[in-house]
Amino acid sequence: MYIYSGASQPEESSHVDDQEKYEQFMARIEAGEKIEADDWMPDDYRQALIKLISMHGISEIMGALPEKEWVPKAPTLKRKLGIMAKVQDEMGHGQLLLRVAEDLMRPYGKTRGDLMDDLLSGDLKFHNVFHMPTKTWADAGMVGWLVDGAAIISQTNMLDASYGPYQRALQRICQEEVFHAQHGEAIIMALAEGTEHQRQILQESLNRWWSALLMFFGPKSADTTGSSKQDIMIKYRIRKSSNEELRQAFLDKYLPRVFSLGLTVPDETAHYDEEKGEWVYQQPDWNEFKQIIKNKGPRSKERLRLREVAYENNRWVRQALTSEAVGS
Amino acid sequence: MMPVETAEEAKKDATYLKALKDLIYQCADDDFIISFRGSEWLGLAPHIEEDVAFSSITQNTMGHAVMFYSLLEELGEGKADALAHERQPDERRNAVYLEKKNGEGSYLGEPYYDWALTVVRNFLYETFKKVKLKAITNSSYQPLANVAEKVLMEQPYHLSHWRIWVEQLLASTEDARSRLEERLEEAWYAFGDVLELGQYATEMEHFQLMIGEDELKELWLEEVKTTIKDLPNGTPKKQLGSGREGEHTADFDQALEVLSEVYVSDENAIW
Ligand SMILES: [Fe+2]
Ligand SMILES: [Fe+2]
Repeated sequence: MYIYSGASQPEESSHVDDQEKYEQFMARIEAGEKIEADDWMPDDYRQALIKLISMHGISEIMGALPEKEWVPKAPTLKRKLGIMAKVQDEMGHGQLLLRVAEDLMRPYGKTRGDLMDDLLSGDLKFHNVFHMPTKTWADAGMVGWLVDGAAIISQTNMLDASYGPYQRALQRICQEEVFHAQHGEAIIMALAEGTEHQRQILQESLNRWWSALLMFFGPKSADTTGSSKQDIMIKYRIRKSSNEELRQAFLDKYLPRVFSLGLTVPDETAHYDEEKGEWVYQQPDWNEFKQIIKNKGPRSKERLRLREVAYENNRWVRQALTSEAVGS
Repeated sequence: MMPVETAEEAKKDATYLKALKDLIYQCADDDFIISFRGSEWLGLAPHIEEDVAFSSITQNTMGHAVMFYSLLEELGEGKADALAHERQPDERRNAVYLEKKNGEGSYLGEPYYDWALTVVRNFLYETFKKVKLKAITNSSYQPLANVAEKVLMEQPYHLSHWRIWVEQLLASTEDARSRLEERLEEAWYAFGDVLELGQYATEMEHFQLMIGEDELKELWLEEVKTTIKDLPNGTPKKQLGSGREGEHTADFDQALEVLSEVYVSDENAIW
């Protein structure tokens, strides 16, 4: 999942269109039934889904950019094949999700082109981790291992989402994510067991990514950044757990592995509190987080610029594809 | 000529071995460099569906390069990874036309890549690859013939992907058509060395490793004509040089620098 609970306020539906329909709808999702694209749904449900899924989809696509920096540079033939397959999958996830979002946007007359415009104008946000720089090959491994690792945790949390088309897309995405995490882990293991230089770029990479990874799941509560969408997501059975629960699951799964590789995290206070049964860690700078997702992160401008150049540069191709045939 | 079943057998005849290795280097290096150029496009294609399809082709093509490098490894040329990452430009046998940059700028910033070049280049190359590999399925070197069979199981999809692009763009706007035609003109000045078999062409034919150059060219042109009716006159020249002879351009230096950047950053590393 690539959405923040709390970046902006979802527009409240002004009224419940039809109380009876609404009650039937709630009864269906509470019974575990799936809602399909053509079914009746409340406005705020549709809007929350559009926001969630378009952000998820566009993040898959923007997420290909930091990794793609290393695709042509991958150091062996095997790694070249592995990272090509991985980034291709991410583009595929983007494609799959944008189609789901497009169906939801149809009643509003919006299309994929509008999403691209929204991305370039800054109205459509993409995930904080993809605003970060990748400086060495270790970052390519770190993205696969821990960013995809974090994605698996938040996406599996929605595997039972009430909206059928999204839920089915996630089933497929999660299957592929498992391979991504393995791909990332293999790169990391080679570095961890490698030369001094390799271990050094690995540790530096983890230091660089640590706070972005903590931010991945969004702030603990609305107080941190102003508002929260966690509640509506849970009410409508789109997700199950809170941001903090997901972050704890992530720390629980990965910190022991990090330490067993002889790596450290740039937070000396990080430890497991047996009594409370949770990980204690220093909060990342949530003001910085707010800046990052406003496209004021370290690489936000460059990544958007890449998309913009590609978009402008290929305009003639899109025009050609939509034109009437002029004969050959 | 009797089929040669193994690398050990091939090594018994020095002339045979030389011609064989040169042919495999051409196949491996062509696929390697065109796949590299494809990988620079990742995330920048005209639309998302194309990004997914193109990167799948790029990935398969890199897989083909790996199969060819592995054949060379069996023939005692060294590790496949070293062959891909360490060889100097004058040792590389890929055609010069295939190493040409995708356009101005870099894949890391301000990539003014030209889709018309990519469509024309890939269509012409995949057509050539199909003809060449078909001929190689009858090669006297069995391990190579087997790889050709395997590659031909997925390569037709690549060719048809680019053929559809050529057809669609030629039949669309004036702008698209003239962009494509310009790149075709250019190809007619530079595609020539793709169609060559290098200094051992005669031996390749003699040992039944491969058909002759003239036949290869003819078959290629015939096949291209089934898709594009109005081709430039004559057959392509090789004004950028001949990669089959180890000649390469500054564009190739850029490619090598990028693709081996991490590989050379730590000589003792296992990645
Ligand atoms: Fe993904
Ligand atoms: Fe992934």
